[in-house]
This record gives sequence, C-alpha cells and structure tokens, in this order.
Amino acid sequence: MTTQTKDEAIKTDTLLEVKNLKMHFPVTAGIVFQREVASIKAVDDISFDVLRGETFGLVGESGCGKTTTGRCILQLNTPTAGSIKFEGNELTEFTGSEMRSMRKEMQVIFQDPYSSLNPRMTTGGIVGEPLVVHGLVDGKNEYRDRVEELLTNVGLNPYMAERYPHEFSGGQRQRIGVARALSVNPKFIVCDEPVSALDVSIQAQLINLLEELQQKLQLTYLFIAHDLSVVRHISNRVAVMYLGHIVEIADRDEIYANPIHPYTRALLSAVPIPDPVIDAQRERVLLAGDVPSPLNPPSGCVFRTRCPKPTDECRDGHSTMGLIEKSPGHWVDQCCVNCG
Amino acid sequence: MATLLEVKDLRTYFYTYEGVVKAVDGISYEVEEGETLAIVGESGCGKSVGALSLMRLIPDPPGKIIDGEILFDGEDVLKVDLDDMREIRGGKMSMVFQEPMTSLNPVLTVERQLSETLQLHKEMSRSEAAKEAVNLLERVGIPDPESRVKQYPHQFSGGMRQRVMIAMALSCNPRLIIADEPTTALDVTIQAQILELMKSLTTEFGVALIIITHNLGVVARYADRVNIMYGGKIIERGTAQEIYADPKHPYTRGLLKSVPRLDLPRTDKLDPIEGQPPDLVDPPAGCVFRERCPDPTEECKQGSIEMKLIEVSPGHWVDQCCVNCG
Repeated sequence: MTTQTKDEAIKTDTLLEVKNLKMHFPVTAGIVFQREVASIKAVDDISFDVLRGETFGLVGESGCGKTTTGRCILQLNTPTAGSIKFEGNELTEFTGSEMRSMRKEMQVIFQDPYSSLNPRMTTGGIVGEPLVVHGLVDGKNEYRDRVEELLTNVGLNPYMAERYPHEFSGGQRQRIGVARALSVNPKFIVCDEPVSALDVSIQAQLINLLEELQQKLQLTYLFIAHDLSVVRHISNRVAVMYLGHIVEIADRDEIYANPIHPYTRALLSAVPIPDPVIDAQRERVLLAGDVPSPLNPPSGCVFRTRCPKPTDECRDGHSTMGLIEKSPGHWVDQCCVNCG
Repeated sequence: MATLLEVKDLRTYFYTYEGVVKAVDGISYEVEEGETLAIVGESGCGKSVGALSLMRLIPDPPGKIIDGEILFDGEDVLKVDLDDMREIRGGKMSMVFQEPMTSLNPVLTVERQLSETLQLHKEMSRSEAAKEAVNLLERVGIPDPESRVKQYPHQFSGGMRQRVMIAMALSCNPRLIIADEPTTALDVTIQAQILELMKSLTTEFGVALIIITHNLGVVARYADRVNIMYGGKIIERGTAQEIYADPKHPYTRGLLKSVPRLDLPRTDKLDPIEGQPPDLVDPPAGCVFRERCPDPTEECKQGSIEMKLIEVSPGHWVDQCCVNCG
C-alpha cells in the first residue's frame, strides 16, 4: 500500500478525543503532615483528537509532558482535570474493573526494552499473560498457538518462547514488547519512544515492523518521540509539545514544510542531516538557554524565555496561550503566530 | 599539519567467563593537530573501548591492551609509567563523557571540581584556580558564572553539566579532547548548542577533537574525518566529504540509508540493515560483517577473506573484503 492510500484509508471518525487535559503532580513538604507546597504542571490544558487508523505523532524535548500525556490517556496516571473519550466513552469516569476490560482496546509499548520486561518470566509468559488475564484463550493448546502466532507476527521464532529477556538483544526485546501489546488485539497503541533506545540500524527494522502491523491489524498509534525525522516517517499528523502545552498541530507534510511556531522551527533546524554539504547550507535556529522548570513556568506564553523574537506583549508575560487555526488543520499557539 | 596521535594495530581484549571478548581488534588511525575526527559505530562495536584505551582507562582485570602502539606527540602512551600517565590524562589529553549526570561528583561544588585539575596540572594556588574556574565557565557560555561556580552539579541542567565537563576538559589547554557520545543524553536543541560550542572552542584553541557517536548525522557538520567501526574493527575511514558522498562499505551505506532524512522526500519504507551485530566472543571468521552483508561475494561467504584496509582513493580506506561486495 502506498502512502497516499494509507492517508486516504484513514476514516474521519475520531477514535480518541482528549479535551483540556491537565496533569499536575503535587510537590509536598513535611514528614508526618504532608502539605502541598507547589505543583509540577507536567501537562497543562491540552486538547487533541486521534482519528481511527492514523498515527498521531507527539514530539518534544524531555520534560515537556509527552509521556505523561500517554500515561493519562491509558489512565496509568489519574489526570487532574479534563476529559479523555475513547470511542465515545469517558475514560476518566470509569471504575477500576471497567478500565481493566478497556485495556483490551488500548495498549502501550514502552521506551526501555531492558526495564519493561520482567526478567524472571519467559518470553512466552510475558506475551501470554495478557491472554490469561483477559480470558482470551481456552485451554493450553490455544494459548500456545496464539503465543506462537504473536511471536511470528513480530519477527521472532516461536521456539524463543522458552527464553528469558536477558538472552535477547535490545531490538529483539522491543519486539517482545510489541508482541505483548498486540496479544489482546487492541485498537489503539501508545508507542512511548519505542525506538530511541535502539541502534540506528535496528531502529529502522522496528519502525518497518510497526508500520506493517498497523496495516495488517488496522491499528491506531499515538507515537511519542523526540526524533523528528522518525516522527515524520511514521506519522500522519504531528503535535509539538513544549513545557506541558501543545504549541502546534498539523498534518505531517504541512508541519515539516511550513512550521509556524518558532519552537517547531528550532526543533526542525536542530535535526542533523547526514550530509556535510547540505547540512552546512541549512539555516540554523539555535535556541538560547534551557527549558524552564515546570515547577515555575513563565507566565503568559511558556516559550517566551527562549523565543528568538518575542513581541513586546509576549515578553512581559501578558499573552494567553491557546491554539488557533491558521490554515485548515494547522493549529498554532496564538501568541507565537506573531513573533519569531 | 603534523600528526598528533597515531594508533597502530591497537588490540584491547576483555577476559570474561564466557571467553575472550575482542572489543578492539587491530585498529590503526591517525589524528592531525587541530582536526576533528569522528568515530562512528553501533553499541558494542568497540568505539568507547578504543577511546578509553588511548587514556589507558581500561579496567584491568578484566580488560587488557594486549598489543599495539599509541603514539601521542611522538611518545608511546602504552609505555609510559603510571605517574607520567597521570600527567597526560587531563593535562595533554582530556575526556568528555557521555553522562554528565554520573561523571561529575555530586558532593563537590563545580568550583572544587574545576580547580582540582588546575591545581594538579598547572600548579595554581587555590585562589588562582578559583578565579580561573569562573573564567572557564564564562567561556563555555554559562550565564552568571560567579554564582554558578559555587553550586553543585544537581543545580545544573543536563546541557549545563555537559558545558561544565567541557570546561573541565579544556582547563589545562590539552592537545587532544576525546568526547565519548557527548550529546547522546541531551535533547536535540541542546545537542546543537553543545556541538557548536565544542567546535568553536576547539577551533579557537587549536585542539584536536575525537567525537565518538552512534549517529552519522550528528557529526556530518563538524567532522573533518570519519572512522566507521564494526565488530571491533575499523571498516572504513576517510574524509567526511568522501564518507558521506561516496561510502564504499555496505555497512556505511546501510547506516546512512537506515535513518529517515528530513531533507529528502519521505519514503514508504525504511531500509534497515537486517540481522544483529556480531557476538564479539565468537565473531564470524573472515569478514565480521559478512552475516549482515546484503550481497557478499562467494569467497567472503566462506569466511576465508582476511580483513584489511586498502586505500581506494587518496586518504579513503575501505576493508578489502567489502570493496567487491554489496
């Protein structure tokens, strides 16, 4: 299937709807009587939709809240405020047991293949456990057949079911993580930096695998990553996060061709290109300084401390953040449309 | 330009229960004064061990440099005694490590850590060293150095800590800085800052720089020459222009092809190198790359070809086996 048909194949119905999601982690002081002295605004009022069958890329630097967003969607963190609707169901109102059965629909692939697999379980046990938990198989034979099928699907040999995680390389372990996520036939998978711990030659193998599986099983991905070239390859739409806020959302081709937000432009220009001639000709937007602490984010526009060319209003911290639609489907933070 | 460092047939092995790991198995290369050399390869290819060997920082046991010569400034580093080695480390040759979190001492202020090398190598007094520490922080672009110098590493962000490491490496006017994956732990925007800083400082002071990385893209802009390592061996080396424009080895080509590129139109499928890197306890006979080679010659498949670099064009060396395949 070509790219064009993949894009066309995405239906317009929304699978996941995130609205005004906030996740504030309390910072406490005191030993016996813990009182809240501050809060870390890991995710601060973000909204986006994920359409059925698409890959939605979420990019940003460490500490921008992209992983927290993924965890909130899966209800691994209970959000402070906001709504998360999956196929029309409000997940934040679900009870524990309702959520447990919902987990058949939504799964996760973690970043670190070394710490996300139980070292004392065999590969078969790891991949098969969700089948048992959710009662998806009858009897030993069906269980074994399903585990074999899952391992084959991700490019591992069925005989490897007897082996333990330490016997595998990083890339193979990540394949086990994929097989585990697929075991319950989910509709939606949160891929939390699935390739960033892998070597470049192995990264490409895994990305190809994820794309093949998506087509075969009609999966929807939320692809969290910091590598913009990988996100461009795999995503249909991309959202850029900075310090708990989404600062720009657009279709893949649009955001890479016409980035509007100065942060997106800086991120894109920082991606190295493996060709010294082309790389030397590129214009570089180097951002000064570091990401501010989410404990004490700047007032107004959170990006203003690093903005190369802020407006006067923005510099004083009086602007309010919020996405506006610049062109169909291309949303940018209203403050930064005018600066940079 | 004069040759600053010449590595000849370096072999560093690790003696483990599983067997002998030939982490670095006969590598040879030179570094000219003031140039930037990139050593590129995947995890476990021996790039870090090769660099640590230059400083003789290989833990012994289990590791041992069993053969080779490291001529630094005309002197064989492997033959000097340990006291003189201490003079070289941090003095003429210094290192920037990957993890700025773990390579700074958490219980000492930045000032103490910076002045320690200065007091030791340059025999400065404590107050002189403290003054110089402020200068160094300013030079690596840390704002408000007078108050920052009194702080502890945990009060610095990742990028700032790496700047402190660079300040430390520069402090004694070394001839050569070895940076082992200096930006891998950092975010892309910070990564660009740090690399620009390293390049401008090394140019300013005429220091030679060895950057070790697993990402060919990162160094394209900064390297003068590139060594590609695989399975403990250098399989291709040459000027940056040649390596990126006209890679001869199938592994180098594979590395370049397997990363999606922002400057080219998006492709439907990536082009990975199939298979896994070799197990260095029991590497394949003959060419170490032959199990992953897309198109090996018959002779190569049998594992009867000896690995050896040959010069295909002036300054561009490729393993003789893989010149003919792929």
